[in-house]
Amino acid sequence: MKNFITTSIGKKFAMALSAIFLMVFLLQHFLINITSVFSADIFNFLSHFMGTNPLVQFILQPILIAGVIFHFVMGFYLEFQNRKATKYEYHKVRGGANSTWMSRNMIWSGLVILSFLILHFIDFWFPEMNHKYVEFLPEDPNRYYDELVEKFESPVRVLFYCVSFVLLSLHLLHGFSSSLKSMGTNKTYVSTVKNLSNFYAIGIPAGFCFIAVFHLLSHL
Amino acid sequence: MSKKKLTFSLNYRKPKSQYKDSDELMICIRYYHKCSNTDKTKIIKKSTGVKCMLKDWNTDWHKSNDRAPVKSTDPNAKKKNKILKEKVKSFDIDELYSSVKNDSFSPYLNSKIPFGDIEKKWTNHKNTIDLVSPANKRNIDIIVVGTGLAGGSAAATLAELGYNVKAFCFQDSPRRAHSIAAQGGINAAKNYQGDGDSVYRLFYDTVKGGDYRSREENVYRLAEVSANIIDQCVAQGVPFARDYGGLLDNRSFGGVLVSRTFYAKGQTGQQLLLGAYSAMNRQIARGKIKMYNRHEMLDIVKVDGKARGIITRNLVNGEIERHSAHAVVLASGGYGNVFYLSTNAMGSNVTAAWKAHKRGAFFANPCFTQIHPTCIPVSGDHQSKLTLMSESLRNDGRIWVPKKSEDAKNVRSGKLKPTEIAENDRDYFLERRYPAFGNLVPRDVASRAAKERCDAGFGVNKTGEAVYLDFASSIIRYGKEQALVNGQDENNVELVQKLGKEIIKKKYGNLFQMYEKIVDQNPYETPMMIYPAVHYTMGGIWVDYNLMTTVPGLYAIGEANFSDHGANRLGASALMQGLADGYFVLPYTIGDYLSKEISTGPIPNDTEEFIKAEKEAKEKINLFINNKGSKRVDYFHKKLGKIMWNKCGMARNKKDLESAIKEISALRKDFWKNVKVPGSQDEFNEELAKAGRVADFLELGELFAKDALDREESCGGHFREEHQTKEGEATRKKEFQFVSAWEYVGEPKNAILHKEELKYKNIEVKERSYK
Amino acid sequence: MRLTLKIWRQKNSETKGKIESYDIDEISPDMSFLEMLDVLNAKLINEDQEPVSFDHDCREGICGSCSLFINGRAHGPDRRITTCQLHMRKFKDGDTIYIEPFRAKAFPVIKDLVVDRSAFDRIQHAGGYISINTSGNTQDANATPVNKEDADAAFDAATCIGCGACVASCKNSSAMLFVGAKVSQYSLLPQGQTEASRRVINMVNQMDLEGFGNCSNTGACEVECPKGISLDNIARMNRELVKASFK
Repeated sequence: MKNFITTSIGKKFAMALSAIFLMVFLLQHFLINITSVFSADIFNFLSHFMGTNPLVQFILQPILIAGVIFHFVMGFYLEFQNRKATKYEYHKVRGGANSTWMSRNMIWSGLVILSFLILHFIDFWFPEMNHKYVEFLPEDPNRYYDELVEKFESPVRVLFYCVSFVLLSLHLLHGFSSSLKSMGTNKTYVSTVKNLSNFYAIGIPAGFCFIAVFHLLSHL
Repeated sequence: MSKKKLTFSLNYRKPKSQYKDSDELMICIRYYHKCSNTDKTKIIKKSTGVKCMLKDWNTDWHKSNDRAPVKSTDPNAKKKNKILKEKVKSFDIDELYSSVKNDSFSPYLNSKIPFGDIEKKWTNHKNTIDLVSPANKRNIDIIVVGTGLAGGSAAATLAELGYNVKAFCFQDSPRRAHSIAAQGGINAAKNYQGDGDSVYRLFYDTVKGGDYRSREENVYRLAEVSANIIDQCVAQGVPFARDYGGLLDNRSFGGVLVSRTFYAKGQTGQQLLLGAYSAMNRQIARGKIKMYNRHEMLDIVKVDGKARGIITRNLVNGEIERHSAHAVVLASGGYGNVFYLSTNAMGSNVTAAWKAHKRGAFFANPCFTQIHPTCIPVSGDHQSKLTLMSESLRNDGRIWVPKKSEDAKNVRSGKLKPTEIAENDRDYFLERRYPAFGNLVPRDVASRAAKERCDAGFGVNKTGEAVYLDFASSIIRYGKEQALVNGQDENNVELVQKLGKEIIKKKYGNLFQMYEKIVDQNPYETPMMIYPAVHYTMGGIWVDYNLMTTVPGLYAIGEANFSDHGANRLGASALMQGLADGYFVLPYTIGDYLSKEISTGPIPNDTEEFIKAEKEAKEKINLFINNKGSKRVDYFHKKLGKIMWNKCGMARNKKDLESAIKEISALRKDFWKNVKVPGSQDEFNEELAKAGRVADFLELGELFAKDALDREESCGGHFREEHQTKEGEATRKKEFQFVSAWEYVGEPKNAILHKEELKYKNIEVKERSYK
Repeated sequence: MRLTLKIWRQKNSETKGKIESYDIDEISPDMSFLEMLDVLNAKLINEDQEPVSFDHDCREGICGSCSLFINGRAHGPDRRITTCQLHMRKFKDGDTIYIEPFRAKAFPVIKDLVVDRSAFDRIQHAGGYISINTSGNTQDANATPVNKEDADAAFDAATCIGCGACVASCKNSSAMLFVGAKVSQYSLLPQGQTEASRRVINMVNQMDLEGFGNCSNTGACEVECPKGISLDNIARMNRELVKASFK
């Protein structure tokens, strides 16, 4: 057991585990955000719950942040190791003949997602933290919806969000099934996993894009 | 049975007329050993060191009363005659002949067959053989050359027993030895199918299939241990094919009436080799096997007459190394590549075996070569190797050529397609000649029949050296069957074709795909073209029952030895023999020799003998590198192959064989003068390695032809045109029921023949017939 | 056919190599790729140049000796074959063909196109076996039935020829398909169960020691594998390692 995490498979397993955790988070994030399309009240209610519940704030949130950091750090570390293992470059490689673009470029899609995350944190998370724990501003259970709408008034930001979501989709198109493979999914589930993976990887980012564009258009 | 005779003679070294009366010559004492049933004599020569002048020699010594060979004109005549007589007395004639009495003609060939009934021989032998204690095994080193089925399994088992093993292979990993290419399966007398198989039946089939030219006792032992092989391999994790009940499946092979072949799809050799390799891995991990990959054996080192080590070349950096051990095991495979084109791997070579031969190991039956009938024909001059299509194809494929020679001509020029030739204009020559066995006659018979048709001008590819293997009628047969099963219309041609092709695809899909890749024709639509090719060599180094060669401490196992297949090998028996030798025979029998070596201590590798052998090996390599000739190694190899194939191939005759000996001898001279080897000796240099191998093939080829010339009969894979029936069938001769073991004395054509008589006490020698 | 060959030439493991260009003519479409290289070598030797070294032996796609990264793909453009089974009819007259050795840190170049794949052997030494002595009284082969599906799956995994195409095609130089195939073969058979934990742990550790990269499930190995070994074997190995580690 104690050596498991240091093996290549152990690292891959940990990477997959963090990925699955992040995908669950993403799903829940999406489910909450999509309510903003239907009803500002539900969205405010859910946001307020998430933003004030101590379990979410002081236990789940740090775990999530740790998970995000772990996933990125591990991703870079593994990429570094892999580059070391390859050492020499071929003069001619036809990667497209045997694998998808997504699978070969996880590091690049990952980097775009990272830059998106930074922007996203600047947009929402830092003000939120500032609001609650720095300036100790009074609670306002109805402020969330307006904050959201305000951010999506800029078409540039929406465009950047959408581009990032496309990259996220590409990242997920490989990442979803890959993480399950790393965890050792049995071959009997291969096609199920693939369908689920495509559904999730296209559906969720598309949904996020839809939310952004919806608010942009509906508040022109 | 045999007579002994003593003679004195002078040892002339040039024609008698060139000697002067005053020249001194050595007097030889010779024992003649005359065999009553062949009327041939064998000499046991003993030179004495006594000389006399030609004028003092009494040519009629045997007529004189005192039988004194030196005339009294010699001042020392009395003394000399006395010495000679004393020498004669000192020969322990009885001891010399005691070994002859049992089984062999030649006193040098003691096959050491244990006493008792054939069923008990092996058990008795194991019970009475000397063993080495576990504590002593730790102090004994064994060298194994070659890591195929025989070498790999032997190395692993010897290491399990506790010996220190050094294993050598020229490939980059033991797993790549050419045993890996065996397709069909492995025979074993398990009788899982309940079809009446038994040890005796396997023994009988193998001896009969070998055309009564194999040693009965060895074959019986092979059949006896065959069942253990399957148990062992399954325990090792070899994934043999299984039926839905989870039990092992069997298929049947040519020349037998039971299903006893175990298989793993078309990759049985691969799976068995990986099994042996895994057993080796376990011992490598324990440090009991030291593995030397990419090492080529260059010579055997003998110390005091015993094999004590080898000289190798590291193929990566060219270093010449000396390795010593208490015994040396050769498992270096066959020599089919002497034909240049064969189904052997590119690297398969005779060097290890040939070097052993040059150091005193007798080479047995070199002319027994198996030509496999179903190979993909040669496509052009560039061809480097031939590809085998499994024998199993003959279960459903029908072999034919056009009946009319103008059809054949049109097919060759591409004007006519085979599918356009009417059924009546086709000659299914195997079915015609051998109605009982049809397309499933043994390999030697099928190959010769195909050659006969092609020689008569009915060949069907560009070069006229191919026949058709046609699945059309099987496709229809299977298609109709399937249509009936499915309740569909069995007269719907399209449907029947489709269903039939599906069945054929299931059975032979991978082979058909392989054919299509190589030939670029779809065998489902047009018949395959096949032609015989060199596949396996039954001949090899002579060994006794313990698998020891005529050099003490030197063993030969697997295809490298001669013992089990006689003049023709049955399908799926090569894997069986390799593993039997390596897992179950050699590890026991080697103890008999090594038990006398327990107090020898470590063998130093810096003695005179090692240094001399190393020096010789280096000199030879330098010779190649510095030769700066004009012709590539492949030029000579191809040329040798042509001579071998045309004159020592499927059909041989006296005239061709005689000219082959001359041509090979001349080619060899040309080789040493004009061969061009690029690069240097201290780097990875494939041309250099090839040069060494071809040099040995050039010597072996000559011995091969000599053996074929000497064997005035047809049997198994050896077919002499002079010895055939009116219908073109082989004519065996009772007086050739022996093993030809050749002793090296310089030029291969001067090799001395030793005969080991083959006696069949447990089997009736019958004419092989497949009509 | 007339071709331009761009071939990696490297004197030995210490020196640096480079791509060199050769023109070759009179290539028949019926030749195999290696026979085309034979023709080139014959030409080079006749011109007193060093021939190109490459690994090859059985030339029927089973020994796993031949390697070569041809025009950006392991074993060339065709699928499910080794280089020796690749024929020149897959190329067009006038083509330029890049021929490089299999590249990975764990596969150092020995000379030209010859690489050292002994890392694979060392992984096998670490656990690629079932500990059973050769005694002649092993239990009968049919004493333990093996379900046909498992036996077939074990066989499919066992068909690996150890050529290294998986490592060469992997952008991470990962050897997991190779190791996964071996682990799978034994884990699917009842005979291999007793040592299953030790085996997978030791083999994976050795694989890491050899400096192979990590698997990121791109699936390139599965596509380029001449024997079509499935990615599923990697998943099985992952399960086996988890099972072994948390036992």
